[in-house]
Amino acid sequence: MTIQTPNGFSLDNAGKRVVVDPVTRIEGHLRVEVNLDQNNVIRNAVSTGTMWRGIEVILKGRDPRDAWAFTERICGVCTGTHALTSVRAVENALGIAIPENANTIRNIMQLTLQVHDHLVHFYHLHALDWVDVVSALRADPKATSALAQSISPWPLSSPGYFKDLQIRLQKFVDSGQLGPFKNGYWGHPAYKLPPEANLMAVAHYLEALDFQKEIVKIHTVYGGKNPHPNWLVGGVPCAINVDGTGAVGAVNMERLNLVSSIIDQTLAFVEQVYIPDLVAIAGFYKDWLYGGGLSSTSVMSYGDIPEYANDYSDRSLQLPRGVILGGNLKEIFPIDLEAPGEVQEFVTHSWYRYPDESRGLHPYDGVTEPNFALGPATKGTRTNIEALDEGAKYSFIKAPRWKGNAVEVGPLARYIIGYAQGKPEFKEPVDKLLKTLDVPVTALFSTLGRTAARGLECQWAAQKLRYYQDKLVATIKAGDLATANTDRWQPASWPKEAKGVGFTEAPRGALAHWIRIKDTKIDNYQCVVPTTWNGSPRDPKGNIGAFEAALLDTPMADPNQPLEIIRTLHSFDPCLACSTHVMSPDGREMATVTVR
Amino acid sequence: MDTTHDMPRTLVLGIGNILWGDEGFGIRAVEEFFRAWSMPEDVAVIDGGTQGLYLVQFVTGADRLLVFDAIDYGLPPGTLKIVRDGEVPKFTGAKKMSLHQTGFQEVLSAADLLGRYPARLALVGCQPLDLENWGGALTDPVRNAVAPAIAAAVDILREWGVAVSPRGAGGCARARLLAHDLDFASYERRAV
Repeated sequence: MTIQTPNGFSLDNAGKRVVVDPVTRIEGHLRVEVNLDQNNVIRNAVSTGTMWRGIEVILKGRDPRDAWAFTERICGVCTGTHALTSVRAVENALGIAIPENANTIRNIMQLTLQVHDHLVHFYHLHALDWVDVVSALRADPKATSALAQSISPWPLSSPGYFKDLQIRLQKFVDSGQLGPFKNGYWGHPAYKLPPEANLMAVAHYLEALDFQKEIVKIHTVYGGKNPHPNWLVGGVPCAINVDGTGAVGAVNMERLNLVSSIIDQTLAFVEQVYIPDLVAIAGFYKDWLYGGGLSSTSVMSYGDIPEYANDYSDRSLQLPRGVILGGNLKEIFPIDLEAPGEVQEFVTHSWYRYPDESRGLHPYDGVTEPNFALGPATKGTRTNIEALDEGAKYSFIKAPRWKGNAVEVGPLARYIIGYAQGKPEFKEPVDKLLKTLDVPVTALFSTLGRTAARGLECQWAAQKLRYYQDKLVATIKAGDLATANTDRWQPASWPKEAKGVGFTEAPRGALAHWIRIKDTKIDNYQCVVPTTWNGSPRDPKGNIGAFEAALLDTPMADPNQPLEIIRTLHSFDPCLACSTHVMSPDGREMATVTVR
Repeated sequence: MDTTHDMPRTLVLGIGNILWGDEGFGIRAVEEFFRAWSMPEDVAVIDGGTQGLYLVQFVTGADRLLVFDAIDYGLPPGTLKIVRDGEVPKFTGAKKMSLHQTGFQEVLSAADLLGRYPARLALVGCQPLDLENWGGALTDPVRNAVAPAIAAAVDILREWGVAVSPRGAGGCARARLLAHDLDFASYERRAV
């Protein structure tokens, strides 16, 4: 039976059901089920987070000044982003203003994380959806060298370099272990790159793996350590001492120069390796423009990277802020994260219990009470679900909505809003890329567009890193060394009750934490994370979320090898660890695909 | 990372998620190990959390690697399993250790592919009882396994020629890998 969703999609669950569980190469546990028509085109999609999250439960009664350290542990990849969001929420609640240097250093920390995450996502989590590793073994190293040199001045490009790599890869494959490459559908017809492009990409996969360690050294300089850098309510926990003879661990000229040199190397890698690879790979896939989903209609970004400390207005935020609805790029709606009627979470189709589930709850009043129950049309048993009943509750992810609308968040959302605002730093690189690929602007609304936006944003972030590092050095040279405001550090200076919200743009999209403080302890803490927006189940009105929408209408070459599904889901860089929590342990290496 | 150095470098690494019941074993073990034992300068002790592939640079920089982790091997809860050298990559952490479901064996594979693989490997693993207790503490059998796990690690390090020595009582207080209410006692809200 075909049904029409209020947000403009037709769903038909009549055809055979394909279940992918778990979706591999993501953080956390995601399951998707789709129905195919007789031509193997996806006509219905059901995205489910099979874990529940309860950071709220852990944080109740803790010291708000420690909340960042807990939220940093939710997930292995967004550590600093959650920490930053948390300290902003506490500062907002307690009315704490941070010094300019602290704002600049936080921007550097956040941009570092953006660059690092985007680079690792592209090469280590997503590239293998476009790049066939096994095909690289058939490449001609000379032709690979010629290809590499035709697209970039990057020096590691000789025939001998690619030959050596090919031998190493062959040995690896012959040893019977494909290591990081083992979860692949090698030889799948949806792979379009010639062997030489595949070999070049595998070379850069390894170079990126080796290079990413340099980028995170910036976190060690300003955060004191890595993994798990330190943060501080009221500023940043790093003293500045340019003479370098003072406190142990203080940031001195030598360390500032180290950061500066890492930024130069990062810019070179992004501009000479990542971007050329992205353009080269996209050139072979420009006929595969599926996966747009909500991006052509409804997108949202909270904005981030404030130019001025404590100023979160449009004038200050360097990443765009706003909401686009109904595909109308001419109107960008403002967001108020504290307004009760704007951000709300629904649980009609989520495994939680609300007093009245026809209504959404604003995060200040959020409730996280698990309620696992399967619908009447479920196939299988509680412990071995063959097919979920999407008419009932079917996910541990809640359904957040902005004024009732399902929206997509992430790099593509940010770029569409920046483009619609006519901001040259977003519009010009997009127009240039579209021209190079010879595709219309509507090509942006696709899986490929999402992947491209992430690459462009990585370059933007690397350039902004340069800017903020220079700004920091200039401020320090002018004699301003303040990095923390400790006026309201002591709980005795706090009001009896307070509430606040902190937000960022995480690599994968809009992130906010809402906190209520009572008698100097955390009374309620709610996180609404990017993958909750993108991976949300249906809401009471039947609107589908971004993952589900993006999967619709995509043809599958072979339902037993769901490369097309994985490719589109990976383009969102899903991160389920903080969206939800593991329900059942799972040691399986490969995704199980079941066709019914 | 530089591989031409005289002193063999040793990495003692704990992995897991302290927010997930017994999945926190590796972190609590490395935390307690660091609190009780002092190391020569060429030994790094790291709380690796759930950093997955991001740990590859620490692995490629080590000649000897000792890992504390929860492993699901169907043993009675709290049972320690010591695995050495070539056997280590065959073991998986109890859960996929995150960074996008990278198991630790994939981190080892990546180090191998980069051509910089530790010469000696040891895994001090513990069978969990409960991985599902979001926000929960270690269960009793796993908590009781922390001290023997540390003793086993000390034996292995000494066999490798690493001169570890017990910290004096005064050193203990400052030697903390985790802070901000995340340390073992505070996290579990135990009276200290």
